[in-house]
Amino acid sequence: MSYHAFLGGEKFRFSSLKQVLAYASPYRTGDELAGVAAPDPLQRIGAREALANIPLRTFLDEVPVPYETDEVTRLIIDSHDTTAFAPVAHMTVGDLRDWLLHHETDGATLAALAPGLTPEMVAAVSKLMRNQDLVSVARKITVRTAFRNTQGLPGRMGSRLQPNHPVDSLPGIAASMLDGLLLGVGDAVVGINPASDNMANARDILHMLEGVRVQYDIPMQTCLLTHVTNTLQLMERNAPVDLVFQSISGTQEANAGFGISLSVLSEAHMASQSLGRGTVGTNTMYFETGQGSALSANAHHGMDQQTAEVRAYAVARAFSPLLVNTVVGFIGPEYLYDGKQIIRAGLEDHFCGKLMGLPMGCDVCYTNHAEADQDDMDSLMMLLCTAGINFLIAVPGSDDIMLNYQSLSYHDIQTLRSLFGVRAAPEFETWLAAHDLIDARGRMRVNSPDILARMIPCDD
Amino acid sequence: MTDDPPVSWQSLRARTSARIGLARAGNTISGAAVREFQFAHVRARHAVSATLDARRLNLPQPCIEVESQAADRAEYVRRPDLGRQLSAAGRERLPHGQYDVVFVIADGLSAMAAERQGAAVLAVVRPLLADWRIAPLVVAHRARVALGDEIATCLGARCVVMMIGERPGLRCAESMSLYMTWNPHVGMRDSGRNCISNIHGHGGLSAMAAANSLAWLLKTARMRGYSGVNLKDETCIIEHGAGQDQKAVATDGREE
Repeated sequence: MSYHAFLGGEKFRFSSLKQVLAYASPYRTGDELAGVAAPDPLQRIGAREALANIPLRTFLDEVPVPYETDEVTRLIIDSHDTTAFAPVAHMTVGDLRDWLLHHETDGATLAALAPGLTPEMVAAVSKLMRNQDLVSVARKITVRTAFRNTQGLPGRMGSRLQPNHPVDSLPGIAASMLDGLLLGVGDAVVGINPASDNMANARDILHMLEGVRVQYDIPMQTCLLTHVTNTLQLMERNAPVDLVFQSISGTQEANAGFGISLSVLSEAHMASQSLGRGTVGTNTMYFETGQGSALSANAHHGMDQQTAEVRAYAVARAFSPLLVNTVVGFIGPEYLYDGKQIIRAGLEDHFCGKLMGLPMGCDVCYTNHAEADQDDMDSLMMLLCTAGINFLIAVPGSDDIMLNYQSLSYHDIQTLRSLFGVRAAPEFETWLAAHDLIDARGRMRVNSPDILARMIPCDD
Repeated sequence: MTDDPPVSWQSLRARTSARIGLARAGNTISGAAVREFQFAHVRARHAVSATLDARRLNLPQPCIEVESQAADRAEYVRRPDLGRQLSAAGRERLPHGQYDVVFVIADGLSAMAAERQGAAVLAVVRPLLADWRIAPLVVAHRARVALGDEIATCLGARCVVMMIGERPGLRCAESMSLYMTWNPHVGMRDSGRNCISNIHGHGGLSAMAAANSLAWLLKTARMRGYSGVNLKDETCIIEHGAGQDQKAVATDGREE
């Protein structure tokens, strides 16, 4: 079906809903790479005008990837909740944008709406929103999840401690982990990207993480970010698996590129549920996503990268995850060129994830071949904190020495806690206080030899 | 208000090159550490723009040089699709034959990595493959991992090993990855590859260890007839941090 809009006496015509969505997206290199970006800024605004007038119901009929050949489309259509959709069923995309911003549209309303929205509707409305709109609406939404502590409570912000090491050295990982814990980071998860997929190595890391957690009785969860099929094997062999990790994407073909399908995710979800390791909750899945992954796998089906990204959130929400985060700047400048594009994408991903009902976090990051630096990361972390993000990722001194990119520093989490008054998960905060790691105002004590010596009595 | 890092952080720093135990100023990092970080960032940015010079590889045997369809470094960074396709001239320089494996030294995002590590790995792995028909070495400019698929197809090789510079980091701008692909073909998925990453001389995997892992992967792939996520590394690690080191790509979306 074709769509059109009139602007300034000129008629703009679009060949499909997919094209309206792609043209309406803010400029980014990945869409240009895919050949789906608006050819010029006028057509971009024309597409936004056309998009604003499209009824939400249209998205249930015109899907960007065929139902017959794509299991993600089938998941989206088959799980669509018409009752939840009812309050907005009569609206256009433009109506929805304004309605989301109304004072009367509160967090409870949005939570009830989530199962009624498809990813394409959510992507569409985000394209009609400015950065401040993405922040304002996301801030209304609370998504609470739990395992050994509670994530997503109002006034709280979690953090993932990422102590990677280039050759998975256990003492190296432990040293980076200790640094993070002393800086109050890690309530969302201590999550390691292994350099190696060796199974014995994976088991060793999991046992080390478990050892630290048990020794210090820390109310947190740990995770080894290896392929879901590896984690299935590790669970079979009784390794201490808290969370099952997997990178996911928005089409069946892109997920096949990751070596996964909905059925293998479902198998892993069930296996992790049966372990019963959570103490205050049962959310056991951890997903990472990022704009550009579908195109990177040559499986974007002509969609713009932001629309494809939100479809990954439909995959995520089918498994009630504890944590989901976009790895926003990791993919590189061919998808998100500079600080401006990374910041916009980070705000879009957070907003869209929250509107879909996900416990959304972010890896605020960039690579050395992108036109970005730590100032851009400062801006994005403060914006996301204002938007009420569930958690952020932090590494020692912003420098991930295994994956060779820059994220936030443990210290940045402290800065955000002070600036915005956001606190760690309550169970974890109690642990920090019990070990006298925070002062009377909730600030992390400046590292001193006695704290280090108290936590690690002997240097072995 | 700053605080010097305590002495005991020294011993912890010997275990990792991560930026741990940094001196603080209030919540954040001390000015000296911030400036050092900015210096490292600029250096890494320089590594991205460097180009690969085959003469500096000091190769014992002649090589064939090819380039992708990306015209220069700037286009290479923005257009990965062009970096995955051989230039027409490059294609003509690859004579078709019958080979078991072709090794490709490629610049990727750090030409320096390929220069420092590529020849070293090759020197160790070649003697371990005595009964293999090894194609002439290819040096590829402005190359992405998938360029190797087309190179292997042109040469008639059953397997390709891309030895490619990783995106430069702050601690190390010369880290190399090996991507081994059995039965490579144009348009194949990354889940069909196996990867050995972080090969460098600053606490990374040594060329020797990488070459041994690679030989294991090659022999196992030849035996089973496939590579990728289903080929899991079951070798035991003798000494932690010094043993086998591989990861299947696209398992965490953090490739290249």
